[in-house]
Amino acid sequence: MAAWKGLTTNVLSHEPALYENSFPVEGGTYENAGHVSSQIKALLKGMKISKEVVRRAALVTYESEINICSYARSGKIVLRVTPEHVTIEAIDEGQGIVDIELAMQEGYSTATDRIREMGFGAGMGLCNIKNFSDFFRITSEIGKGTHLKMVIRIDKDFDGI
Amino acid sequence: MHLEDIVKALKLRVVSGEDGLAAEVLGGYVGDLLSDVMANSKEGDLWITRQTHQNIVAVASLKDHAGIILVQGCNPAADTLDKARKEGVPIMVTDMPGFEAIGKVYNMIATKKGPDPST
Repeated sequence: MAAWKGLTTNVLSHEPALYENSFPVEGGTYENAGHVSSQIKALLKGMKISKEVVRRAALVTYESEINICSYARSGKIVLRVTPEHVTIEAIDEGQGIVDIELAMQEGYSTATDRIREMGFGAGMGLCNIKNFSDFFRITSEIGKGTHLKMVIRIDKDFDGI
Repeated sequence: MHLEDIVKALKLRVVSGEDGLAAEVLGGYVGDLLSDVMANSKEGDLWITRQTHQNIVAVASLKDHAGIILVQGCNPAADTLDKARKEGVPIMVTDMPGFEAIGKVYNMIATKKGPDPST
């Protein structure tokens, strides 16, 4: 199953990457949740990318990280920066999503009480990710895992890295 | 409006990030749902919540909040405190219920910014 928003991915794969890296995320625990988001935020900031783009990238990474912590056995976040786009992919090995359309609905969540008590699992994560990305695609396979791809356009006056 | 002014006026107990007390507070945000706070709070906000686990530090740090106030006598968990100290995120605690704390903080920030334009 899949759902998406915005431009096609093919355009992006032709852009040369100025930076590319993969960050592992531990599933089943919140102990290090937010660690990868902090790293990515600092990296993008260092590339002199506009504050707004950094904020959005940090947000979509954080929500993806929390999803991996909440629902997957393990996963990774892949960051790719080109002169025009920041691309973040969240790839996990986990239970997968049964009904993506339902999962994309604001307020829908399969989170346990334990997760909800911590202020997660309000059914806002995927909506936030979609709203804060210019391009978003989600694919999932039951029992195998979920793959999110988020692209954020870098402002035209970007001259960093 | 500096964070230390609010700390003094409301007699908040600072448990971490003392070095950040000189920071300017630009606004405030109230919420216990982390996705809501991630999406809608802004840089320089003072975040008022009763979540005490360590993930509040990541949220405050990612959103560049001025600090976090824990209300209703909630104390941060030990690992929250460790993380906040390491990352220099100011956490303040108060016995005031949320409604009271929020009202006082709002009044301080609103007064400093000038009269409410809606009145």
